[in-house]
Amino acid sequence: MFGDYSISDLGAILAMQGFAGLILFSVYVLMALGLAIIFGQMGVINMAHGEFMILGAYVTWMTSNAVQHVAPWLFPGYFFIAMILAFIASGALGMLVEWALIRHLYKRPLDTLLATWGLSLILQQAYRSIFGAREVGVELPEWMMGSWQATDSIQIPINGMFVMALTILITIVVFYILFWSSWGKQVRAVVQNRVMAGAVGINTEKVDRYTFGLGCGIAGIAGSAFTMIGSTGPTAGQLYIVDTFLVVVFGGAASLFGTIASAFSISQTQSTLEFFLSGSMAKVITLLTIVGILMVRPQGLFALKVRK
Amino acid sequence: MINSRFFNRSELLGFLALAVLLLLILPLSLDIFRLNLVAKYLTYAFVGIGLVLCWGYGGILSLGQGVFFGLGGYCMAMYLKLEASSVANTKIQSTPGIPDFMDWNQLTSLPFFWKPFHSFPVTLLAILLVPAFFALIIGAAMFKRRVGGVYFAIITQAIAAILTILIVGQQGYTGGINGITDLRTLHGWDIRTDHAKFILYFVEVVLLFGCIVAAQFIRLTKLGRILVAMREQEDRVRFSGYSVANFKIFAFCAAAVFAAIGGAMFTLEVGFMSPSFVGIVPSIEMVIYTAVGGRMSIFGAVWGALLVNFAKTSLSESFPQLWLFGLGALFIAVVLAFPNGLSGIWADHIQPRIDRLLSSRKSKSATGMIADGAPAE
Repeated sequence: MFGDYSISDLGAILAMQGFAGLILFSVYVLMALGLAIIFGQMGVINMAHGEFMILGAYVTWMTSNAVQHVAPWLFPGYFFIAMILAFIASGALGMLVEWALIRHLYKRPLDTLLATWGLSLILQQAYRSIFGAREVGVELPEWMMGSWQATDSIQIPINGMFVMALTILITIVVFYILFWSSWGKQVRAVVQNRVMAGAVGINTEKVDRYTFGLGCGIAGIAGSAFTMIGSTGPTAGQLYIVDTFLVVVFGGAASLFGTIASAFSISQTQSTLEFFLSGSMAKVITLLTIVGILMVRPQGLFALKVRK
Repeated sequence: MINSRFFNRSELLGFLALAVLLLLILPLSLDIFRLNLVAKYLTYAFVGIGLVLCWGYGGILSLGQGVFFGLGGYCMAMYLKLEASSVANTKIQSTPGIPDFMDWNQLTSLPFFWKPFHSFPVTLLAILLVPAFFALIIGAAMFKRRVGGVYFAIITQAIAAILTILIVGQQGYTGGINGITDLRTLHGWDIRTDHAKFILYFVEVVLLFGCIVAAQFIRLTKLGRILVAMREQEDRVRFSGYSVANFKIFAFCAAAVFAAIGGAMFTLEVGFMSPSFVGIVPSIEMVIYTAVGGRMSIFGAVWGALLVNFAKTSLSESFPQLWLFGLGALFIAVVLAFPNGLSGIWADHIQPRIDRLLSSRKSKSATGMIADGAPAE
C-alpha cells in the first residue's frame, strides 16, 4: 500500500492527513467535552447531544443570514456573535430539558438514554419542520477561505486552523471553569457525593441544571464550529453521537484529559487510515479497534482511581 | 417459591387473548396486504421477547439487537438470493450463477462465506447459531470483565454502527445500502404470492407462540429467578456462588436468537433485507417497542411491537410530520410516567378493577345462590 509513493510524498501525505485528523479531532473534542461533562460528570446519557450541536449550527446559519441582510459590515466577525448565540440557545434549551426531563431520572441512568432518544426524535422533526429537510451551509467570511501554503506539497486550510484554535481556547476555558473556579469545585463535589455536597450547603439542583446547561452550550459551540467545515441537516447530529460516546468512554468517562487523548488517537487513526483504505473501512477498523480495546480495558484509557 | 403452574390465570388469559387475536380475528378481518403488515410488526415482537428476558429480567440493556435481527435476516436472505440467482436465472450476467449485485461489483466467484448458504438445513442452523455465536463473543468479552449497564449499551450500539457501515461499504459481498433484494423462492416455493404470505403469517404466529412459551419457561425456572436477583443485587448473587457472567451471557444469547428468528421471518415476509434494519436507529426502536409494551412482560412486548408499529404506519400515512413528534413524546412519557409500559398500566389500573368487578359479581351471585337456596330448604 506504500509502494507508489516516494518518501517525501509520504511525509506530505502524513502531514496533510495528520492535519485533516486534527480538524476531526477538534470537532470530536468540542462535542466530547460537552458530553464528558454531562455523561462523565453527571452520569446522564444524553442521546440528544447531537441535536444540541445541530441547534448551534442552525443558530450560526441564521446569524449568518441575518448579518448579511441587516449589517453586512459585521460579516467578517459574525462567527464570534454566532458562537455566543449558539452557546446561549443550546445552553438554555439544555437547562429547560434538565428541568423538565432529566432531573426526574438521575437515579435511572439507562432511562435517561431512552428519554433523551425520544427528545432527539422530537428535535430532529422540529428542525425538519422549521428549517426544511435539506442541508444548509453558511457562507464563510473571506479571511477564512483559502489555505496556507506551508511547503510546496503541504496545504493547510485556514478555516481548519481557526476551528483548532477555537477548540484549544474552549478546552482551556472548560478546564478553568471545572478545576479552578469555585463553581467547578461545587460541580465536582456534587458528582462525587451528592448527599454530602447537599449537606455542606451546595444547592445541588442548581448545580445540576447549570452543569447540564454548560455541557449543552458547549455542544452548541461545537455545532457552530462544525458549520465552518461542513453542511448541516436535521439528522446530522445522529451521525456523530455514537463516535462521540465512544470518544468519551474510550478516554475514561470521568476524565476530561482522557477524553482529549482519546479524541486525538481516534481522529488520527481514522484520518490516516482513510487515505489508504476506503472511508467506510477506515471507520470500521477504527471503531473495531476501540471496541476491542474497551473489551480488554473497560474503564477506558484514563480511569480515576476511586473506591466504589 | 417457584410457581408450579406454567401460566397463572391472568397470563393464561393474556395468552388466549393474543392467540384469538392473531390466529382468528386478524386473519379473518384484514386483507392480505394488511395481514402482511401485521406479520412485519410481529417480527419485532420476537426481538421484544428477547429484550424482556435480557433487559427486563436480566437488567442488560442491549442497543444492538438490530445486529442479531440483521444477522438472522441476512442469513435467510443469502439462502433465498442464492436460490433466486441460479445459473438459468442469471444467464445475462458476465458470471452466471452469482447474485446480481456481485456481478455489478465485478466479482467473478461466490465468496467463501456465501457457499454454505446453498443448503437449506445449514441456513436454518446458521440463523440460530451465527447470532448466538456473535452474542457469545460479545457477552463473554464484556460480562467476564464486569462491563455492564451504560457501557454495555454504548458498546452494543457501536457494534450496530460498525456492522451497518461494514454492510454498506462492502457492496460486492453484501448488496450494500440496497441490501439483498429480489428474493423469489424458499426451497422451490414461491414466497411472493398472497397464498404464501398467508401461510407464512401462520408459520410466524406459531413460531412466536413457541418463543413466548420458551421465554416463559426460562422466566419461571430457577434461571429466571437468578436473572431477577442479578438485576437487583448483582454482588449478592456473585457472593452466593453463582457465576453472574455466565447467566448474563445466556440471557444475551437467548435474546440474540429470538431476534434472529424475527429477522429471518422478516426477510421471508417482506421479501428483502437491508442495512436499514440493522443499525442504531432500528435497534433503539426495538427497545422502544419493548419499553412501551412493558419491559417486564412477555405479552407486553408483543403488544408493544404491534401497537407502536400500527400507530407508526397509520400516523405516518396520514400525518408524516407528526409521527416523530408522537414517537418521541410517547417514549418520554413512557419512561417518565410509566416505566413498566402498557403492561404496567394494565397490571396496576385495569386488572384490579376487573378483579374487583369479577369478585363483586361472584359474591353477589354467591349471596343470590344462598338466597335462592334458602326457601328450598
